[in-house]
Amino acid sequence: MSEKIPVTVLTGYLGAGKTTLLNRILTEDHGKKFAVIVNEFGEAGIDGDLVVGADEEVFEMNNGCICCTVRGDLIRILDGLMKRKGKFDAIIVETTGLADPAPVAQTFFVDQDVGDATRLDAVVTVTDAKWLKERLKDAPEAKNQIAFADVIILNKTDLVSAEELAEVEKQIRAINPYAKLHRTAHCDLPVAELLDRKAFDLDRILDIEPDFLENGHHHHHSDEVRSFSFTIPGEVDPEKFMPWINDVSQAQGPNILRSKGILAFKDEPRRFVFQGVHMILDGDLQRDWKPEEKRESRLVFIGRDLNENELRKGFEACAA
Amino acid sequence: MTTLAQPVSLREHVSPIAAGSHVVGAAWLKDVLALALADGRVLRWREGEPEELEAHALGILSVASDGARLITGGDDGRLVATGAQGDPEELARDPKRRWIDAVAINASGAIAWNTGKTVQARDEKGRVRTLEGASTPQGLAFAPKGFRLAVAQMNGVSLWYPNTEAKPDVLDWKGSHLDVTFSPDGRFVVTSMQENALHGWRLGEKPSHMRMTGYPAKPRSLSWSHDGLWLASSGADAAIVWPFQGDGPQGKAPRECGARHAKVSQVAFHPRALVLAVGYDDGCILMIRLTDGSELLVRAPERGSGISAFTWDKAGKRLAFGAEDGAAGVLTLPAA
Repeated sequence: MSEKIPVTVLTGYLGAGKTTLLNRILTEDHGKKFAVIVNEFGEAGIDGDLVVGADEEVFEMNNGCICCTVRGDLIRILDGLMKRKGKFDAIIVETTGLADPAPVAQTFFVDQDVGDATRLDAVVTVTDAKWLKERLKDAPEAKNQIAFADVIILNKTDLVSAEELAEVEKQIRAINPYAKLHRTAHCDLPVAELLDRKAFDLDRILDIEPDFLENGHHHHHSDEVRSFSFTIPGEVDPEKFMPWINDVSQAQGPNILRSKGILAFKDEPRRFVFQGVHMILDGDLQRDWKPEEKRESRLVFIGRDLNENELRKGFEACAA
Repeated sequence: MTTLAQPVSLREHVSPIAAGSHVVGAAWLKDVLALALADGRVLRWREGEPEELEAHALGILSVASDGARLITGGDDGRLVATGAQGDPEELARDPKRRWIDAVAINASGAIAWNTGKTVQARDEKGRVRTLEGASTPQGLAFAPKGFRLAVAQMNGVSLWYPNTEAKPDVLDWKGSHLDVTFSPDGRFVVTSMQENALHGWRLGEKPSHMRMTGYPAKPRSLSWSHDGLWLASSGADAAIVWPFQGDGPQGKAPRECGARHAKVSQVAFHPRALVLAVGYDDGCILMIRLTDGSELLVRAPERGSGISAFTWDKAGKRLAFGAEDGAAGVLTLPAA
């Protein structure tokens, strides 16, 4: 099997600077060739060899799972692109400002042909330092995009004061403390910071420690997207954990945007690593625990209206 | 077809062709083989002599043929016809350069294609009609008789008479429908689906449904037997062949031919006999007789050379194939 083509998903609310970033990626001298899948409304001049217009055709898989939506157009376009392997090194998918990143991500887990030929590298979200605060109030899509991100570009920092910047960062971190955050004025950062992140690679999950800012207090109001991390300082019993995590993702799947975990199973020398997007879970036994590593079990949920105590209790009951 | 009984291998009867790019589709234009390639070229091959034609600027995505012309849709938004001789001819061009994902042609030369959600049908006199779909179709097929087009899309198939003002009939079934085909007698419509299944309808006053499930992968290659009684499909570790006698396959088990440790990627029934060419994603090709399941090797497995295209000539004497890595070839069946 030849190397899978990495796919970077570029999201961001309208006007945040997605097109600027895309053009920067395409024009920087990095010796890579890209195929770019853009939404039809984006239009603004994009220079590149292989630019494909997409329609964002989201559909529900016929498998009884209500939040298992995928992007039909993406499956079709990737199938077409894969016939021209060797013409490009990586694929960038730009979504509309109003798009939910979940169907895009789920496409890579649900469609076998897509999963065989490509790998989702990372979700990169461009945000606007000046207007994000307002968007978080009125646009649930903006929240989803931050919650989903592996890399967040806090752009247009030159338009706000240091205090405003600190405040907006705090808001971002309350939703997603795990993403790598970059502050930019005009999306000016090295392309290497965006590409080949391997954020969805089970080997790399949780290598990045959360960046919880000080005083993690929150105003609780409905529709709040937050993240939780739970740790059991030891092993879990897979007989208890597997049914529990399945129940949780079935029952609360629509509200869980992303989940990740590294677990020490009883009598198992290898780490069990999993990740999830809504109801879809992908997990496997990975490498051995290293002698110097502490055998502990950790879970992360990013989601909307999740019951922290209930999740914590449920997880703790899985301890071996 | 008595010739198929004796030799265990047909490999020495294969003439290799170096096409140089993923073979998207193939067709015989009488004695000339035309291969549509993913880099935009059409390779014309006449008795061992290859000829390269620049049909599309970028890549070819969709292919159809009526035996006289090879019709190709490209990611340059162009619809091109290539005959056995002469230069490729542009039939249509999308000003927005949208991909042409699906093309179809019928026996009288009518052509249909899509650009995004728009489906266009051009009758043999060159009149073009347009249908706006709810989603981008990935499969188009003309009915064997009459100017009627099946459009596979999200949540079903539209059956459209382009030369009437009537709204298309809709065959509903939830999910994403990919390829579509009519049975040769026009009684059945079958689609391949995102959910690793085929879905069929028996046409009539109240179309009845047929669900053909259990595939480990999407069955993207479909082929009807010459008598119209069998439909072969890819998508499993054997060719899955459904019986379409009487009311169709509902409640009946399919035949499984050529089970191997590889996925079937292409199937093509012989045009005159119950013999099936089966191509696998590991590059192997077997010729299988449906009546007794006997198998002949046409091509040994070859890494990275999964079979991506098949076409029999009209007389059933030659089978052309193409592969993902740009390898191709012509099998000439030995004379009796």
